[in-house]
Amino acid sequence: MHPALSIIAFTTLSGLGYGLAVMLGLGLLDPAAVATKIAWIAALAAIGGGLLSSTLHLGNPQRAWRAFSQWRSSWLSREGVMAVVTFVPLLMTAWACVIEGRQAVVPGLVGAVLSLCTVFCTAMIYASLKSVDAWHTRLTPACYLLFSLGGGAVAASFFAFCGGGNALWLPLVAIVALVGAWVVKRAWRQHLQATAPLSTPESATGLGAIGHVRLFERPHMTENYLTREMGFRIARKHAAKLWIIAMALGGVVPFVLFALLLAAGAQAGPGAALVAGLALASHVIGILAERWLFFAEARHAVMNYYGG
Amino acid sequence: MSPRERVALSEPVGDEVCKTTCYMCACRCGINVHIKDGKIRYIEGNRDHPVNKGVLCAKGSAGIMQHYAPARLRAPLKRVGPRGSGEFQEISWDEALGIATEWLGEVRHRDPKKLAFFTGRDQSQSLTGFWAQQYGTPNYAAHGGFCSVNMAAAGIMTIGGAFWEFGAPDWDRTKLFVMFGVAEDHDSNPIKIGISKLKQRGARFVSVNPIRTGYSAVADNWIGIRPGTDGLLILSVVHELLKARKIDVDYLVRYSNAPWLVIDAPGTPEHGLFARDGEGRPLVWETVTERAVPTGTRGARAALSGRFELPDGRFAVPSFQLLAEKYLDPKYAPEAVAVESGVAAETIRGLAAEIARVAFEEEIFVDQPWTDVNGQRHQGYVGRPVSFHAMRGLSAHSNGFQTTRALHMLQVLIGAIDCPGGFRFEPPYPKPLTAHPTPHGRAEHFGSDKPLAGPHLGFPRGPEDLLVGEAGQPARIDKAFSWDAPIAAHGMMHMVIANAHAGDPYPIDVLFMYMANMAWNSSMNTAGTIKMLEDKDPATGEYRIPKIIYSDAYASEMVAYADLVLPDTTYLERYDCISLLDRPITEPDAVQDAIRWPVLEPDRDVRAFQSVLIDLGGRLKLPGFADGMGEPLYKDYADYLVRHERRPGIGPLAGFRGSQGDRAGRGAANAEQLQRYIDNGSFFSAHIPLEAQFFKHANQAYQDFAVRMGFFDMPQPVTFQLYQEVLQKFRLSAQGLRDPVAPDTHRQRILEAFDPLPDWYRPFGEALVDRSDYPHHAITQRPMAMYHSWGSMNAWLRQIHTKNPLYVPGPICDELGLKDGDWAWVISHHGRIKVEVARMEAVNTSTLWTWNAVGKRAGAWALDKDAPEAKKGFLMNHLIAELLPPREDGMRWSNSDPVTGQAAWYDLRVRIEKAGAGEAVSEPQFSPLVQPEPEPHPMELRYGQEWAR
Amino acid sequence: MTSLPSLPTPKKLGLVIDLDVCVGCHACVVNCKEWNTGGYGSALSDQDPYGAEASGAWLNRVHSFEVVPDGGEVVGEAGEARIVHFPKSCLHCEDAPCVTVCPTGASYKRADDGIVLVDEDMCIGCGLCAWACPYGAREMDLAAGVMKKCTLCIDRIYNETFEEADRQPACVRTCPANARHFGDLADPQSAVSVMVAERGGIDLMPEQGTRPVNKYLPPRARKPLAASANAMPREDTDGATGLFAWLDRMLDRI
Ligand SMILES: Nc1nc2c(c(=O)[nH]1)N[C@H]1C(S)=C(S)[C@@H](COP(=O)(O)OP(=O)(O)OC[C@H]3O[C@@H](n4cnc5c(=O)[nH]c(N)nc54)[C@H](O)[C@@H]3O)O[C@H]1N2
Ligand SMILES: Nc1nc2c(c(=O)[nH]1)N[C@H]1C(S)=C(S)[C@@H](COP(=O)(O)OP(=O)(O)OC[C@H]3O[C@@H](n4cnc5c(=O)[nH]c(N)nc54)[C@H](O)[C@@H]3O)O[C@H]1N2
Ligand code: SF4
Ligand code: SF4
Ligand code: SF4
Ligand code: SF4
Ligand code: SF4
Ligand SMILES: [Mo]
Repeated sequence: MHPALSIIAFTTLSGLGYGLAVMLGLGLLDPAAVATKIAWIAALAAIGGGLLSSTLHLGNPQRAWRAFSQWRSSWLSREGVMAVVTFVPLLMTAWACVIEGRQAVVPGLVGAVLSLCTVFCTAMIYASLKSVDAWHTRLTPACYLLFSLGGGAVAASFFAFCGGGNALWLPLVAIVALVGAWVVKRAWRQHLQATAPLSTPESATGLGAIGHVRLFERPHMTENYLTREMGFRIARKHAAKLWIIAMALGGVVPFVLFALLLAAGAQAGPGAALVAGLALASHVIGILAERWLFFAEARHAVMNYYGG
Repeated sequence: MSPRERVALSEPVGDEVCKTTCYMCACRCGINVHIKDGKIRYIEGNRDHPVNKGVLCAKGSAGIMQHYAPARLRAPLKRVGPRGSGEFQEISWDEALGIATEWLGEVRHRDPKKLAFFTGRDQSQSLTGFWAQQYGTPNYAAHGGFCSVNMAAAGIMTIGGAFWEFGAPDWDRTKLFVMFGVAEDHDSNPIKIGISKLKQRGARFVSVNPIRTGYSAVADNWIGIRPGTDGLLILSVVHELLKARKIDVDYLVRYSNAPWLVIDAPGTPEHGLFARDGEGRPLVWETVTERAVPTGTRGARAALSGRFELPDGRFAVPSFQLLAEKYLDPKYAPEAVAVESGVAAETIRGLAAEIARVAFEEEIFVDQPWTDVNGQRHQGYVGRPVSFHAMRGLSAHSNGFQTTRALHMLQVLIGAIDCPGGFRFEPPYPKPLTAHPTPHGRAEHFGSDKPLAGPHLGFPRGPEDLLVGEAGQPARIDKAFSWDAPIAAHGMMHMVIANAHAGDPYPIDVLFMYMANMAWNSSMNTAGTIKMLEDKDPATGEYRIPKIIYSDAYASEMVAYADLVLPDTTYLERYDCISLLDRPITEPDAVQDAIRWPVLEPDRDVRAFQSVLIDLGGRLKLPGFADGMGEPLYKDYADYLVRHERRPGIGPLAGFRGSQGDRAGRGAANAEQLQRYIDNGSFFSAHIPLEAQFFKHANQAYQDFAVRMGFFDMPQPVTFQLYQEVLQKFRLSAQGLRDPVAPDTHRQRILEAFDPLPDWYRPFGEALVDRSDYPHHAITQRPMAMYHSWGSMNAWLRQIHTKNPLYVPGPICDELGLKDGDWAWVISHHGRIKVEVARMEAVNTSTLWTWNAVGKRAGAWALDKDAPEAKKGFLMNHLIAELLPPREDGMRWSNSDPVTGQAAWYDLRVRIEKAGAGEAVSEPQFSPLVQPEPEPHPMELRYGQEWAR
Repeated sequence: MTSLPSLPTPKKLGLVIDLDVCVGCHACVVNCKEWNTGGYGSALSDQDPYGAEASGAWLNRVHSFEVVPDGGEVVGEAGEARIVHFPKSCLHCEDAPCVTVCPTGASYKRADDGIVLVDEDMCIGCGLCAWACPYGAREMDLAAGVMKKCTLCIDRIYNETFEEADRQPACVRTCPANARHFGDLADPQSAVSVMVAERGGIDLMPEQGTRPVNKYLPPRARKPLAASANAMPREDTDGATGLFAWLDRMLDRI
């Protein structure tokens, strides 16, 4: 699948934003701290920016409002609806924190739950597509949720080290979530690599009874919407390299940095904040790479017709 | 609101429907052009049209993009920069016609042979040929010589008609259909309709073709023959049939020259000719009375074998005896030909057995009494439901004439010509050789300011009809009808530029061409041809071909080499005529012709070429185009179509003649004729009575019908010529036995190629190179969605074939380590090209191939310079030389069939080498052409957006 | 709308494509484009039409596959490697995933005849339906930013301004090889249903669970010529003389 920047940015940012919102909604940071207020703004900005970025991908963004109508059947619609609905408790909680310096407990909890629901909806957009073997697994929402939580915890830890609250629990949560996320992600990737494709050129053409089927000539010589959208291919060796980079930056580096910070006493302060910031930046870059691979490595069934 | 209600389900297509004839290729299907707001909304097949019955191919469906292509020429052009630079100046029609009249008038007066007038893909040959004859140059032909003259000539000389547009399989009744070397053919839609029909009926379809795409892909059996060896396969089938006695003896005796007596007197000028009586009638041996009697003698029972003494003491044998002896030779046994052809002996045997079984055990009978030309009444038509079709896979080889003869002979042997279920003639064919003219063009046939003494093209009856001078030198610029290519019935357009450049046999002044992309895909040795067009005589500084006039509708490669460009309209902006005098659209059951008419007005300063030619004829005061006072006879082509008469009562169009418009074939001119055509869907069709529909070659009712329609002035039945006497006459000349004797240089070649019985020899292009140096064949195929070079200016079609890879058989890929997308050099004795390769298994293992004419020169056709057609596409033509490699004596023959001069495109032998890392660009590349004032072309097309609902 | 019709549609209009006779001519492809670019919805645009990257929206495309028998020896002239030309447009699936994923309701399956359509006024061009379709039957029109797909020529098949015979999809009407058939696959008596039953019509990618309405007729089984090799009667006497003796007998009968 084509790794469209707008979508990669969208899933990465919104995942991170919602994860952070979960941490904030749960009240894991001190609502009175300036850093927490900034964290709220950052979380909402990430969510909003992500959503905006996703509309860049639309052919007719001016009609985007129509996407709220089909929540009964469409995960994309559900995601849209959830995103809007989630904004209500999140805004309330953020208001309470930023303006009033207090934690709004009930809206916070509701917001946290809805944030996870929204992330789940996003993940289900992909996981529901039977046409893309790699995505069509329960591991996909699991990964999205865990990465969202992990990212949120990493970000929350950063704000904690900036003076937003307890700098012990959050890094620990982050470490656990990161480990969980990457373990599940590894399983996801193994699923991608190990499972035989659901559809093959033989089943796509129904000609398997005659023999082995291979594309001879494309219908049109040049690329088209479908081949550009679904025909993206990444060489195996590049994928392997990127996977290591993703894991290193997205998992190992933050893990090590937080472990060091914890070992150093888990105290907030400019130095610790810098290190935690590094961990966050590394994580985000790692997740961007992970997302890029999420698309680039996924093969669409339609490529059975295009020799891909 | 439910979205369903927003869909407008019952919108009319457009404001009006214009029924005309498609010209995205030469198949000439009927089309309904729907016009909306003055623009084309939609083009569909005309259901009532006899050719396509409503269907329309990809090209036809892309007519919108052809009509509005930015590559259309906009005004007459005069060259101002050097040739090939593309520097032109737009001029007025007055100036353009003035220049043309001056150039042409001067040549006509001084030495008319200094004009070479050759036409390509047009269908106006009855006009252009007539014009050239009135002008008086001997140098005229259309493109048949590089196309499929082998097919036409062999068919006409054997059965009086050919597959090539003059016949069709009986799609509705045939039970076994065998197709040789066809990728697409002119009958594009009818063949597809037919194949599908017969397959859906459960008939068997066998395709003999090195490549298994298109038609071959749906064949029940595919014989992936090695190119150039079909003659062996066919003769091996003949061998098997003779051995098993599976021949239709009755049919042979009735309709062929099998019983005709051939004089057996070696060393005499009559050896191998037919024994004839005093009136020139061939003799047969009457077995009851044991004497020679003329053919057609009532009640005669002719022998097919034996050796008989003639009254004059010479001996003679029935030609069938020679035939049987020849093909029963074990060298034609399946095992013997399997190696050379690559076809397993079992397959050949199976093919022969199926042909025999279907012909004789599945015989069909059509209950329709009829009378033959001998007055004998028959209860009905006996059908042998085996049919064949063949095209350039056979004919584009230097042994194609003989191979095609062999295929026609096979059909006669099993009695399957023009019978139910077999191959059927399309009127005005069959036509015996004797009903065709002999060629004209010898010195005594032309002169200053006068018309040629007769038609340019025809069939020599023997060496005495050749167009050669005293010393045997060719009279025509293309050397057609010379000793080089004695039966070049369609001329040899592929040799014109090379010969004119070499001044061999003489230099010319004006080259006048129409609708032929000779600076690109229709020339062999394209790069060399470009140089010849650019080459100047250092002594005079003049171009070696001094003046070139060219008519095209689009900015093709050839336009850049013209000195004067006469821009034509598109096919929707002019009158055209698909005439019975030319290449007809008739069907076995009906006589048909058609027109095109301007359904849209040109929005540019262009004129229909035919009208321009008629205008020039008037200005030059050519007889037939100007009256005694020098006043033009015709206003334009439409006027000519209605009023011109070739013979009394016979004009370009056969339909709606007579003052009431109720006469078919012959009749007075009818001023309403064109409107009647338009009202009738732009075609005319007259059904052949059922009692005249089969065995036309010998059917009295058909012969009478043909006379009524004006095909002939008296009946012209055909006796199939299995043994071809004309060929033997050339052999006698080559043996020095008969006058005029052949020049020494040509004797060997004629002896080898002019066997009066169908024969096989290795194609020259293969025989003359070291086969181990060039181990593979390289051929091209027509893509169904492109017509030669026409499709690349078409925004829709070019997406289907934006570039062409070289398809390479799997085993060769494995041997060379070639993968899809790799680049390779392909090398022939003549040149080398760099191409992108793609693997293929369903192909003869020694055959590389590509789609024809997809490769383009950068800058042509109003495409961007980096268009894949130019950067990745390529022409096979760079590898094909117009001359063969030199023989021991240093002679270089034209790369053509030695009998007909047919261009031997498919004789090519090559080797392939993996190309080193380099730019992914095909080679050779040429400097990009500069477009003569191209229309600005859009970055995005949204055709029809204004009608979006 | 975006939910699929709850009951099976009373009619299942669709195409049956006969791979045994499709010669890969692309007529259906171009005629479809030509009909639809001025018809239903916005034009089917082409980008860079005269340049290096020409491409456009098409509702029907013909792929060509090479099929090599498994385990069979791959020799061009002797092996059974073959080319199958393979046209493909929307299959109007009964369980159309393209419909259920659509967030706006633009994609819908008609309840009475099962035709899957896009209401372009509602489409936001998110492309998700194209992702959901395993067959590649949906293509975004880049100029209009809306999703295009085969409409089964809904503006032809119900068009009352047309003669009855013309009320069929453009691709069906134009196909020179008669490889495309249109009809109601819910009616077991319809010509298309009979054809499917007789020829063993198949679904593409049944494992995707989309239950396509369109069916493909696989190439018919073929009997090799070599199987007839021994069918010809062997010669009864040898060579030309034997033949000539036979000929004399035949001539006597005439
Ligand atoms: N390698 C290889 N080469 C081949 C062949 C092959 O099989 N392999 N085939 C050969 C054969 S059989 C043939 S017939 C030739 C064909 O070759 P050509 O006769 O050259 O045919 P086209 O390429 O179609 O070009 C004809 C010209 O007609 C112009 N044209 C199109 N429409 C109109 C119109 O309405 N009016 C006018 N005045 N001009 C128009 C086009 O722009 C083009 O320049 O190619 C030959 N060349
Ligand atoms: N779509 C489309 N239609 C066209 C044209 C076009 O350009 N495009 N051109 C028109 C013209 S001018 C012509 S002349 C006709 C030509 O129509 P075709 O005769 O169909 O022309 P080719 O594509 O040259 O096809 C020749 C076939 O012969 C095969 N072949 C080559 N060598 C051999 C051989 O030695 N033996 C056998 N058995 N097969 C062999 C090739 O694989 C190929 O399939 O088509 C006409 N129709
Ligand atoms: S075969 Fe196609 S291009 Fe040729 S005349 Fe017919 S519809 Fe037109
Ligand atoms: S083929 Fe694709 S677009 Fe058509 S209904 Fe099925 S899933 Fe939807
Ligand atoms: S592209 Fe249009 S039709 Fe497709 S899912 Fe999005 S809104 Fe629906
Ligand atoms: S039914 Fe109509 S829209 Fe669908 S592929 Fe055929 S022509 Fe195109
Ligand atoms: S028009 Fe018919 S034969 Fe041609 S590609 Fe389409 S389905 Fe196949
Ligand atoms: Mo041709």
